[in-house]
Amino acid sequence: MKKLPLWADLVLVPLISIVLAALISALVILAIGGDPVEAVSVMFEGALGSPYGWGYTLYYTTSFIFTGLAVTVAYHASQFNIGAEGQAQLGGLGVALVCLALPWPHWALALPAAMVGAALFGAAWAAIPAWLAAKRGSHIVITTIMFNYIAYSLLQYLLVTVLRPAGQMDPATARFPSGASLPTFHDIPGLSGIFSPSVPANISFFVAIIACVAVWVLLWKTRLGYQIRAFGKNEQAADYAGISRTKVIVISMLISGALAGLMSINNVMGEAERLLQNSAEGAGFIGIAVALMGRNHPLGVFLAAFLFGFLYQGGAEMGLWTDIPIELRLLLQGLVVLFTGALDEMVRMMITPFFRRKEAR
Amino acid sequence: MDYPTLIAILDSTLRLATPLLLACLAGLYSERSGVVDIGLEGKMLMAAMASGVVAYLTGNVWAGVGAAIGASILFSMIHGLASITFRGNQLISGVALNFLASGLTVLIAQALFHQGGRTPALSGNARFSTITLPFEAEIRQVPILGPLYSDVLSGHSILVYVALLAVPVTWWVLYRTRFGLRLRAVGENPESVDTAGISVVGMRYGALVITGLLCGLAGAYMSTGLQAGFGREMIAGRGYIALAALIFANWHPWRALGATMLFGFLQALALRPDVLSNFGLSVPDAFLDALPYVLTVIVLAGVVGKPTPPKAGGQPYVKER
Repeated sequence: MKKLPLWADLVLVPLISIVLAALISALVILAIGGDPVEAVSVMFEGALGSPYGWGYTLYYTTSFIFTGLAVTVAYHASQFNIGAEGQAQLGGLGVALVCLALPWPHWALALPAAMVGAALFGAAWAAIPAWLAAKRGSHIVITTIMFNYIAYSLLQYLLVTVLRPAGQMDPATARFPSGASLPTFHDIPGLSGIFSPSVPANISFFVAIIACVAVWVLLWKTRLGYQIRAFGKNEQAADYAGISRTKVIVISMLISGALAGLMSINNVMGEAERLLQNSAEGAGFIGIAVALMGRNHPLGVFLAAFLFGFLYQGGAEMGLWTDIPIELRLLLQGLVVLFTGALDEMVRMMITPFFRRKEAR
Repeated sequence: MDYPTLIAILDSTLRLATPLLLACLAGLYSERSGVVDIGLEGKMLMAAMASGVVAYLTGNVWAGVGAAIGASILFSMIHGLASITFRGNQLISGVALNFLASGLTVLIAQALFHQGGRTPALSGNARFSTITLPFEAEIRQVPILGPLYSDVLSGHSILVYVALLAVPVTWWVLYRTRFGLRLRAVGENPESVDTAGISVVGMRYGALVITGLLCGLAGAYMSTGLQAGFGREMIAGRGYIALAALIFANWHPWRALGATMLFGFLQALALRPDVLSNFGLSVPDAFLDALPYVLTVIVLAGVVGKPTPPKAGGQPYVKER
């Protein structure tokens, strides 16, 4: 089969995938007796129609950037990290332990410390699957799935019996000290006039953008990044070039876990301000869709994370104001993953004839 | 722990292990043919929803089972389309199908019944009734072994016995029939099967149909046997536990029975916190919940014998020209 031009592969294939996913979702909405046009307008209005909506959309975008980058870094080393969900929950534990350890005087001190905690705990949770994959050949997909469930049980245990303050009913940590409270968009000069105090989007958004740049530099401008990509493209060639298999798998997974863990500065430190059960709320899994949609490039991840942030906030509003259940988000998410990740060959076949015809003339 | 308590736990072990066993055997067919399937969870969820809906609407549990199998095979075929025909990534396809199922099941159940994504409670002929095995009353009198037969083995719905029967049948199909030989070969070395003039694509699709069928039964058992109706996310990770059991069993039907019974026993134990505390052990529930996953990681680490998955698993077959 003829290869598509690069721009078609990078831009057209994801775009057609999202159109297909949207069309099928529209059919499902029709089938369950809803109105797709109304659904779309409620989604746009709810996610992008007001500063309040933008505040939530960008909050979700922040989380999805981190998990999307996590999946991306592992993917370049040909490791499919489904464990971002568990790694993000452990990152939340790291954030909580750091925030509760000291009476932090100012967020500017608390944030870097919490980031270290989040990254370390997230990376630690990826370390065992990484080591097993590198040394024992255990399949990373299966082990990271198992570690998601183990993380869930571990946090359930810790939150119910160890970290819950005496006298509190719900399984959660104590509230973080006010010095560890991150500035939201309302507190940031220049943005304070636009956003109300109730929006959850916070300074982590800018950390996420920095992370995008950092991952781009890492993957395309450093020796380690070159080794990761070379190994991901062709294991044997990388081996002949003297690139260590163990090093690439373990380090790429540690970075991946750290990025997933870093997500929790947004949701745990920036929004909830205490650690709750199931803190990641599926963002780790959305990272898979974001990475695939974004073609495993930080810029693509940023755009795809924004798209999913929009879908998440818009979907929540849709669930609130129409009869269409909020679970439509999961359907869309599944369809995007299916078309961009598993049926991408079909999408390519669909558009190849158009390019062939153009060349024939 | 006294004997009646043990009997009670073994009884619920068998009930809880049944969906795991059916799903585990489902995964076995797919993976033995070289198609990795992490979409067991999604197929079970679709099947549970379909059987809950249809059994309620028709009042007939068998209609529900039919719908469950249909829905599950439909998902299996999407997986086949992506991973066999279009040679896509089998892992990603499985993940996608799980997301799809989580969304679709609630959307459909909510649109039909407006009960927050649940189906109405099933009763009467819309559920499976329990089957009493022959001579149950007579054998009960036998000490020690009697209760094992009468209370543990007898008194379940038919799908429990179907699941148990599926183990020897799967063994026989896999190791004593021409189809089984080809199935195993296509998962180990598809080139050789192709050379022999047998369609690799056909074999793999065939395996996926069986996978869909068994996942359909597993899902149907969840909503019409184990519970009375469909509830959102009711599979609750059982598809992944079945996958874990499959690795634990090293892709072998008899060991699949052992692995799923072990995991079922752990689930049954987690429902009876009083038992372990009577032993003076204070084991947190969370630990029992996590144990199947921890055990699987230990197995994957190769501590207890190296797992030997089918060699061609996960790779789409491309005919050389």
